[in-house]
Amino acid sequence: MNLPIFGVNEDPGPNFMKLLSSLDQEEPSFLKVKHVAGTSLEFGQASEVPHGTTIVAIRFDEGVLIAGDRRATAGNIIADRRIEKVYPADRYSAVGFAGSAGPAMEMVKLFQVQLEHYEKVEGVRLSLEGKANQLAQMIRANLPLAMQGLVVVPLFVGWDRESLKGKIFNYDVTGGRYEEVDYYAIGSGGREAQAYVKFAYRSQLSRQDAVRLALRALFEAAQEDSATGGPDFMRGVYPIVATVDESGYERIPDDQVAGVSKEVVDEVAQGGPRQ
Amino acid sequence: MSMPYYVAPEQVMKDRADYARKGIARGRALLGTLYDQGVLICAENPSRSLHKISEIYDRIAFAGVGKYNEFDQLRVAGVRHADTKGYAYSRHDVDARSLANIYAQYLGQVFTHEMKPMEVEILVAEIGSVVSESQLYHILYDGTVVDETNFCVLGGDAEAVLGRFSNSFRASWNLEEAIAASVAALAGPGRVLLANDLEVAVLSQGNGRRTFKRISQDQLKEIVKGEKE
Repeated sequence: MNLPIFGVNEDPGPNFMKLLSSLDQEEPSFLKVKHVAGTSLEFGQASEVPHGTTIVAIRFDEGVLIAGDRRATAGNIIADRRIEKVYPADRYSAVGFAGSAGPAMEMVKLFQVQLEHYEKVEGVRLSLEGKANQLAQMIRANLPLAMQGLVVVPLFVGWDRESLKGKIFNYDVTGGRYEEVDYYAIGSGGREAQAYVKFAYRSQLSRQDAVRLALRALFEAAQEDSATGGPDFMRGVYPIVATVDESGYERIPDDQVAGVSKEVVDEVAQGGPRQ
Repeated sequence: MSMPYYVAPEQVMKDRADYARKGIARGRALLGTLYDQGVLICAENPSRSLHKISEIYDRIAFAGVGKYNEFDQLRVAGVRHADTKGYAYSRHDVDARSLANIYAQYLGQVFTHEMKPMEVEILVAEIGSVVSESQLYHILYDGTVVDETNFCVLGGDAEAVLGRFSNSFRASWNLEEAIAASVAALAGPGRVLLANDLEVAVLSQGNGRRTFKRISQDQLKEIVKGEKE
């Protein structure tokens, strides 16, 4: 490996993806695993590839929350019971994804590196808007794979240091980026989860109430959607819940999530119309 | 009749080295040292935006003296090297030793083959899993690498600063003590350095995955002022 120094006109700047492709041209064997864009996988049956499912995002009084279940499915098989679909993107933002797990995890990894790379090369962090746009470009670059069935749809949340509030960004497969106001949910159980959040949402929720609401919404999604996993008390596997506020990303500890999950299940068992 | 143009290679190398040394000596000094929580790097730098000290990777920091555009180019190349390596393999596979070797190769190459050597001296520091195993690689303009123990000084007037600092150095002192001693050594007798003359950063075990952190001006003011009283 030699020092990656470029001429003034070829310099990739703070763009990590461009850096990867510049290096690839110089030394073809350098990075065999390139970004998914441009590679062509010939999957006849994309449904055999593990898929991740439901992600919920909710704004609360001090920031924004993102939560995701832990199941990955391949057709009617449960491919993974412990998959993690919510990740910190950098210190002040988080990303969750629904869709093909392989390309999605690669995309998240690349996104994380890109944000950190930009920050180090430029000496300042990207704005939240800038991060959201970066992610949109990655989704757009994945369109050829999406057309073959390997769809990746992220949900992006972060703390905006300009307007001093948490924000939620939702994407479509073509890289379209939409800012949501108070809550959003994606994935196969997303409709169910969102319906519950819409019904129970109040503005200025406290952090605890937002955690409870997200876990209840995921629970409701798991009741109706076989591809979404509920809290698994037998194995001790619970949804991942994380918040982003002024002080940054923070994952809610598993034992706390387990406690609230238990309360949610008890609450449902005790009353409320059940079918 | 013109004589054939000949300069002895010894002379060429000496001229280049003198040229590089002169460029480096014009700048202010920079100091790296271990302390109880990690590695401290302290530089005299009146600018708040043109940094001499920067983050390369989770456990690696970079510092440079001399010509800004030249060491900044090396800094960015280091970030690129580390990020691509960590992306292709694993974050654990990125280490200061290999980065220091690559810098040394490059600087050596430029020194012998290019028109002009780089007028820089750089420090690549890595915090160890145990602080005492941290590494300080001091790399010179001609590609010489020195694996320093405990502390090192780069830049103009380095020997005098080193002399002052080695008298005050103590193993596993705390951050405040280390900063105060570094500032005193950089300033020397008869000079006072204030917080806004300084750029200070650490690689500290308490900072999570990314160990690099800049010491804020407010924090610095308190430490530097406390020392004077």
